[in-house]
Parts: sequence; structure tokens; C-alpha cells
Amino acid sequence: MKLEEYQGVWVFIEQNDRVIEGVSLELLGAGRKLADKLNVSLAGVLLGEGIKPLASEVITGGADEVYVIDHPVLKDYRTESYMKCIMLLAEKYKPEIFLYGATPNGKDLASAVATDLNTGLTADTTMLDVDVDNRLLEASRPAFGGNIMATILCKKHRPQMATVRPKVMKALEPDTARAGKIIEETISLAEEDMRTKVFQIVKDVTKKASLAEAHVIVCGGKGMGDLQNFGLLYELAETIGASVGGTRDVVEAGWLPHHLQIGQTGETVTPKIYFAVAVSGAIQHVVGMKNSEIIIAINKDPNAPIFDVATYGIVGDAMEIIPKLIEEFKQVPINQGGEISYA
Amino acid sequence: MHIVVCVKQVPDTKIIKINPKTNTLDRRSAPAILNPYDAHAVQEAVKIIEKTGGTISVLSMGPPQATAVIKKSIEIGADRGYLISDRAFAGADTLATSYALSKALERIGKDLPVDMVICGKHAIDGDTGQVGPGIARRMDIPPVTNVIEVTEVNEQEKTVLIKRKSTNGNELIQADLPCLLTVEKEINNIEYSPLPNMIKAVRYEPVIWTVADLENVECTQLGLKGSPTIVGKMFTPPKPEGGKRLEGSSDEQVKQLMGILMEKKELLTLQSSK
Ligand SMILES: Cc1cc2nc3c(=O)[nH]c(=O)nc-3n(C[C@H](O)[C@H](O)[C@H](O)COP(=O)(O)OP(=O)(O)OC[C@H]3O[C@@H](n4cnc5c(N)ncnc54)[C@H](O)[C@@H]3O)c2cc1C
Ligand SMILES: Nc1ncnc2c1ncn2[C@@H]1O[C@H](COP(=O)(O)O)[C@@H](O)[C@H]1O
Repeated sequence: MKLEEYQGVWVFIEQNDRVIEGVSLELLGAGRKLADKLNVSLAGVLLGEGIKPLASEVITGGADEVYVIDHPVLKDYRTESYMKCIMLLAEKYKPEIFLYGATPNGKDLASAVATDLNTGLTADTTMLDVDVDNRLLEASRPAFGGNIMATILCKKHRPQMATVRPKVMKALEPDTARAGKIIEETISLAEEDMRTKVFQIVKDVTKKASLAEAHVIVCGGKGMGDLQNFGLLYELAETIGASVGGTRDVVEAGWLPHHLQIGQTGETVTPKIYFAVAVSGAIQHVVGMKNSEIIIAINKDPNAPIFDVATYGIVGDAMEIIPKLIEEFKQVPINQGGEISYA
Repeated sequence: MHIVVCVKQVPDTKIIKINPKTNTLDRRSAPAILNPYDAHAVQEAVKIIEKTGGTISVLSMGPPQATAVIKKSIEIGADRGYLISDRAFAGADTLATSYALSKALERIGKDLPVDMVICGKHAIDGDTGQVGPGIARRMDIPPVTNVIEVTEVNEQEKTVLIKRKSTNGNELIQADLPCLLTVEKEINNIEYSPLPNMIKAVRYEPVIWTVADLENVECTQLGLKGSPTIVGKMFTPPKPEGGKRLEGSSDEQVKQLMGILMEKKELLTLQSSK
């Protein structure tokens, strides 16, 4: 393998129902930095049916080029059809770095592609950098249950591939003045050759409407003591129009269902305001919420690690503070922001 | 129907401790367990075979102690177990792991053709979820990941109807057999093991293969040599500074916080009606 034949940073642009996933735009932001450092171009790979119009969004999002394959068989994501396209493009154009969102479909695709390209793939990356001298991608991810970070390298194989967790990288402001090239490729795919068929897609509307998209989150920890006290947080959330989430310990105690768990093994959230109430701030929790805009921590232990990530910290007893906060918010007239709502 | 479930022995990361000085695992701190997702994979195989009849094999790659997870799988209801264990496999990343497991699957399939392979969604130590799709590619069978329900197995038509979690919802998919599934925990509940299974498990001796027992193996693709990825460095994530601590009595702190939040109103989408 001649490593120097491989050039350029690529991002797989995941679209569902002709809407580009947020993580793909985030990766264009992260990929832009890598490409600039390496002094190469950044390209997006866009697959699907009737998706050509999305190509301009990929360019305004930061790409210099977009490779597009538009085909009826690509209507719904399927490993076999999508990977065929990726193989065709990657073998023809030879990118040196190739990033995918760590979504169910992105991970599925990247794992299959890595096997056929016989190259390395780092899963669930949360930090990306590149060593300019040896052109190595430094993909770092939590290891051993999140207690430490490991930087994974792929020295002798190309492309260097990684899946990256949603909501840890930053998308660029869309720049409509950006110019880029759209490169259309064709592929022959026949529905009869497919060994999988997608019959039906039931969109998950509930999840989208709750934590991942919430603008304000009240997250409770084990320090709330019991289920009844935890109820205080619902009251606060209701007063300000927030969503309720919890730590793993809270979920394990049975105070909340699993889909409301925030952290490494739960949801990653980036609300505008995040209340962490009686949450110690374990690293596995923090990775799932640290990109919130304002973090307000309420904890009776002044040394709790949550204060290290908090924008504002209150040392005190939640049972005392929360009822007072509820009272205060109830005083605020609606038109002054008594309803902190996330619509 | 012959289902092979890939099962891995993992340290229980819930209790694992890291030595803060050396950044290495304190292995003694963590008991070795059957990867929780793989337990659900075995359970799902049991559920399928209850309807179709047939055989469940489990396959693991690891050190000799990994026979423990095969025994555990027998308790849940597997019929046979295979362990591939050899120094040549050591240090494998996901690419080399899927290669070795697919070679073992080839060997298993010689005695009894494989109709379905089931893996866990991911292993809680490696946490990648890449091995399952990798095996599927190497066997050239369709992978279906993040499965939450096996709705129907049609042995005549050689198809299976599956629900999977996709990026924006759930999908109902039909896949041709043989295929490979990776399963989520919510696919089933682990049942209590029937007594005969427990007794069988105690006495059970899995088949143990070394590299020499597998056919057409390219040794350059195994273990450390066959792994394109390496760990460059380990580090504890940089500790953030933290922000402002509010001071005073609880009343004063609450008042201060309210003041701050009302100033930051531009961050909030204000809505005046419910
Ligand atoms: C592999 C792995 C994955 C994990 N994934 C996740 C994950 O996704 N999400 C997650 O959250 N955790 C996860 N964890 C668990 C994590 O390590 C912590 O154990 C967990 O986050 C702690 O939850 P907690 O803060 O609610 O409880 P605790 O750590 O028990 O903290 C309770 C806090 O409440 C405070 N407190 C007590 N009483 C009061 C009071 N009256 N008023 C104010 N403060 C009070 C205490 O000072 C303490 O700081 C994971 C762990 C592992 C090993
Ligand atoms: N050493 C192994 N032996 C058997 N099965 C494995 C092994 N490693 C991974 N697997 C299977 O692949 C799945 C995903 O693992 P991973 O890709 O490491 O997260 C696991 O749930 C197992 O089903």
C-alpha cells in the first residue's frame, strides 16, 4: 500500500428522509480543521435517492467537494447497497481520512467498509486531531468504561477511519458564499440483487422531542435520596418547561427509564441550560452533558467534581434549594420568561 | 436451523478500577463476565430455536479461562461451545478479531451449515460494535445491526423478519438467510436457567481449537500483526476549570441564580403559552 497515494479528508454525509443528520455537519466542521492542517481538500459523500439538492448544504457546511450517488435502490439505508457505493468511491479517489457519525447506520456502514478496505476503524471517537508531520489521524475515545482516554492510530493502512459521537464536534456556521465542486458518480445496483429489504420505517418522534433536542434539562442524581424527593425535579421542570433526565445510578434505582439516562451509556445532550442536581459529576456522566451552554450544579459536597464543569455552582442541600427555585420561577411573570420553553 | 452466537468474556467495567499512576487496568478489581449483550444474543437464539428446532453453537475467542462464558451460555440454553485460543490471536483489534472468528465459523459450518450468526451490539470492554458487521462481510452474508426484535423466521423461504433501531427510528427489515444479527439488550429478558442446563453446563467441556485447527488461515491477518489500529497513548481527560461559585445563604444563592438566568434570557426560547 502506497500511503502517499491517499489524499484528502472525507466525511460520510448521513441523510434520512433527505434531511442531513446533525452529526454529519459537525463532522464537516471537525474535518475542515483537519483538512486545513494537512493542506488538502475536504469532501462529503452523499448517497440516497433524490438527494442531489442536499449537495449545496454540504458545501455551505464546509466541504470543497461533494461526491454524490443518487439511485432508487439507495432510498433507505442498507449496508449492502451503501457500502458498494463507498467502496467504489474510496477505491477510485483514495481518501486518507474518512469520518462517519457514530449513529446506528453510520457505525454499521463504517464497520462493513473497514473490513472490505482492510483498514483500521476507531469507534465512538470524542476527540480528533492530526499529526501533520506523519499525517496520522489521532482519534481519541473513552476506554475501559470511560475512566481514561485512549488515542488510536492507524499507521500503515489507508484510509484512516473513525466514527465520531454526535454532539461533541462543532458544525460551522453555514457559509452560502463558499464555492465547491459537485461530482456525480453512477453505479449499477439492482433491487433483485439485494439480500435485505426495508419494509417499513417507524420514525421515533418521542425521543427527538425529549432529551436530545431539549433546550433546558433538569438532571437529577442519586443524591436526591428517593423517588419521592426526585419528584421535586419534575415540579421544577414543569415550572420552567424543561425535560427531566438522570444519571445511571438514578436509572438503576428505577426512578427513571433508561432512555432518560444522560452520559456515556445514555444520551448525549447539549441544551442551553443544564441543571445538575445532586449529581456527583462522574466522568461517564460528564461526557454526555459537558457541551451544554450553561451548566448549573447544585450539590452539598463542595468538592464534587460536577463543580469543575459547572458554569455556576451552588453548594447546598437540594431539598432546600429546589423548592425555593420553584417558588422564584413561579413569581416570574410569563412574559418575562417564566416559561423557559424549548418549543 | 443452526445458529452460532459469538460470545466474549469481558471485565465487568461497572466495577473496574484504573491505576491512576500508570493509567492501566487493575484487572484484579474486575471479575470476568459474559458480555451482557452476548447473554441476550444467546437468549434470542434459544427463543428462535424453541420455534424452529435446531442447534445453537456458541463461539468465543480468548484465553483458556474464556471457557467460563461458554459454560454460562450452555446454562442459558446453547447446545455446543467452541473456543479458539492461541497466542497468535492475541492483541487483535476488531479487524483481526472478525477474521479469526470468521475462520472458526467456516470450520463450524463444515460440520453443520450455519443459518444465522448472532452477536451482541457491542462488547462492554472494547465498546466498538465493529466485530459483528466485520464477520458478516467476511462470510459475505448480510449484517443487520441493532436488532430489537426477531419477528419471524421463515425456514421455507429462507428469510427472517427483523426490527432494528436505525438512526431515526425503527425499521422492519427482511433479510435472506444466512445472515448476521447484532442485538440490543431490550430484545429480550434473560430467563432463569432450567436445572438440566445448569447441570449440563457444569460438566460441559467446550471444543478448543488453536490456529492449527483452522483451515486456510493467513497468519499475517491474525492478532497484533493483523491489526491496523494501535493504541498511541492513554491519558486522563483534561480537567476543566469550573465556573463561578455562588455565595451566601441558600436564599441569597437562589436570588443570584435567578438574576443570572433572567439576564441570559436570550439563550432561552421564551414562550408565553403552553
Ligand atoms: C462503563 C460505565 C458507564 C457509565 N455510564 C454512565 C452514564 O451514561 N451516565 C451516568 O450518569 N453514569 C454512568 N456511569 C456511572 C458513573 O460512574 C457514576 O456512578 C454515576 O454517574 C453517579 O451517579 P450520581 O451522580 O447520581 O450518584 P453519586 O455519585 O452517588 O452522587 C450523588 C451526589 O449527590 C450529592 N448529594 C447527596 N445528597 C444531596 C442533597 N441533599 N443535596 C445536594 N446534593 C446531594 C452528593 O454529594 C453526591 O455528589 C457509568 C459507569 C461506568 C463504569
Ligand atoms: N473475542 C471474541 N469472541 C467472541 N465473540 C466476540 C469477540 N469479540 C467480539 N465478539 C462479538 O462481537 C460483538 C461486538 O464486539 P465489539 O465489536 O468488540 O464491540 C460482541 O458482542 C460479540 O458477540
